[in-house]
Amino acid sequence: MSSTEGKMVTSRSELELDHPNIEDYLPSGSSINEPRGKLRLRDLLDISPTLTEAAGAIVDDSFTRCFKSNPPEPWNWNIYLFPLWCCGVVVRYCLLFPLRCITLAFGWFIFLSTFIPVHSLLKGQDRLRKKIERVLVEMICSFFVASWTGVVRYHGPRPSIRPKQVYVANHTSMIDFIVLEQMTAFAVIMQKHPGWVGLLQSTILESVGCIWFNRSEAKDREIVARKLRNHVQGTDNNPLLIFPEGTCVNNNYTVMFKKGAFELDCTVCPIAIKYNKIFVDAFWNSRKQSFTMHLLQLMTSWAVVCEVWYLEPQTIRPGETAIEFAERVRDMISHRAGLKKVPWDGYLKYSRPSSKHSERKQQSFAESILARLEDK
Amino acid sequence: MGNTSSMLTQYDIEEVQSHCQDLFEQQEILLSLYQRFCQLDRNFAMNPLSLRLLKMVDGLNFKDFVAFLSAFSAKASLKQKVKLIFQVYDSDCNGKVSFKDIIEVLRDLSGSFMSDEQREQVLSQVLNEAGYTNDSFLTLEDFIKVFGSCKPEMDVEIPVD
Repeated sequence: MSSTEGKMVTSRSELELDHPNIEDYLPSGSSINEPRGKLRLRDLLDISPTLTEAAGAIVDDSFTRCFKSNPPEPWNWNIYLFPLWCCGVVVRYCLLFPLRCITLAFGWFIFLSTFIPVHSLLKGQDRLRKKIERVLVEMICSFFVASWTGVVRYHGPRPSIRPKQVYVANHTSMIDFIVLEQMTAFAVIMQKHPGWVGLLQSTILESVGCIWFNRSEAKDREIVARKLRNHVQGTDNNPLLIFPEGTCVNNNYTVMFKKGAFELDCTVCPIAIKYNKIFVDAFWNSRKQSFTMHLLQLMTSWAVVCEVWYLEPQTIRPGETAIEFAERVRDMISHRAGLKKVPWDGYLKYSRPSSKHSERKQQSFAESILARLEDK
Repeated sequence: MGNTSSMLTQYDIEEVQSHCQDLFEQQEILLSLYQRFCQLDRNFAMNPLSLRLLKMVDGLNFKDFVAFLSAFSAKASLKQKVKLIFQVYDSDCNGKVSFKDIIEVLRDLSGSFMSDEQREQVLSQVLNEAGYTNDSFLTLEDFIKVFGSCKPEMDVEIPVD
C-alpha cells in the first residue's frame, strides 16, 4: 500500500531534538574486558580489538542505516492498478480519516470531561485518584490506537505493578509509548517536547508519573539517574518504561542500548515491538517530519499493525557489567522482533568522532599496559 | 577488473569470490562492500590504528580489498587472522617483524601516554620472557606460535542493506 509522503518541517527545534549524539554511542575506554595477569608477548601483539573496530569503520558507517526510512515501492504504476489506488486514496482520506477524527475527538471529550474533575476534586484521596487517572490514560490511548485502526497483538504475561522492576523496549516512534500504554499505564522517561505534545506531557503524563530530562544539560544525567532510582524503589508507582536506544530507529535494526536503565539494581523486563510495514511504516523520522505530520500520516493509512512481546524478566548476572547486561537484553529483543543488531562500533556520517576518542583509547591502552607491568 | 570500474558484472563477482577463497560467499555482501569501496572515506580518526589500516587498503583494487578484509570474516581460520595482524606489523613487507616495527605499532596504540623508554622497556621485557631477544626478527610462524591455539576475536559483520 503506498502511503502519503511526509511533508517538510514546520518546527525546526522539534526535529533536532532526536538528533543522535555519536559520542554517546561510541564505546568509551576499552570495549573489551580488561585482561588481568602478567603481561605476555601475545597480549602486546594482539591488536585484534582495535583492528576490528577500524575495519568495522571501513566496512560500514552503519549508524546512518538505522535512521534511514526506506520509502515503500510504488505499486500503482500501471493503468490497471492506478484507478485502484485512487479508490484507495478516496476511501482513506474521505471516509476513514473523518471517521477516525470523530473517534479521536469523542475519546478526548470523554477523557477531558472525566479527567479534569477527577484531577481537581479528588485531590485529597491520592490512591483513588491515581487509580482512576490510570484507567483514563489507558482509555485515551486506546482511542488513539483506534484512530489509526491499530491492530496490536500482545504476547506474553502483562506487566504488573511491582517494586524494583523496569521495562525496556525498542523504539520506533512516539506511538510505541501509546501502543504500550493502552495495555498498562507506564511511567516513562521522556524528553520534553515543545508545542501541543509538551502540553500533553506536562498535564496528562504527569499523572502517571513521568520523568523529564533535558538532553542538552550535562549535569542533568545525574539528576535523572537519581529520579529513576527513586521511582523504581517506590512501591506505588506505575511501572517504569525506558527506551534505552535513546532515539527512534527504523524498526529494521537496533542500535546500542544505553546502560542507564541497566544499572538501577532491579530486574529488567524486555519488551519487543515490531510493526508490520505492509500497512504503514511507523518509523518516525524526526528529522523529516514533525510529530503532527507523522500522526496525520498514520491516520490516513489503512492500519497500523504491530506485535508486542513481553519477554522474560532478566537480572544482572554476577560478574556481568551493565554494558554486557544491556547487550544481552538487546540480543533478546532483536531476536524476538526480527531486528538486526548494528555492530556497535558504528560511525556517523554527519559528524566525525573527534580525535579525543582515539586519544582516550590510547590512554586506556597505555594505562593498562603499565599497570600490568607493575604486578609481576 | 580495473581499479574503479563503476559496474560490477556477475563475472567480476565470481572472480572476487574465488580470490578471497570464498570467505565472503553471499553476493549481497560483495555488492555492499563494493559500494563502500567506492566511497571510502580518506580521513577518519576513529581509533589509533585506523590510519595504518587505511594506508594498507589504499591503492588496492576491489579484488584485493575484499581479499584483505576476508580475514575479518567469521569463517576465516586462525592462520588467516594472524597473518593479517602480521601484515599490519610488517609495514615494509619484508616478511620479518623487527623490534622497531613493533615499537612503531605500540607508538600508534599508546600515543603520548607512554614514553619511548617505557615502550622499549615493556617490549624488551615481554620479548625476553617469550624467549626472543631485542635483535630477533619475528616471522609469520613465530606469530602463529605466540598466538597459540586461541583465535583472536576479529570478526566484522558486513551489513547488507
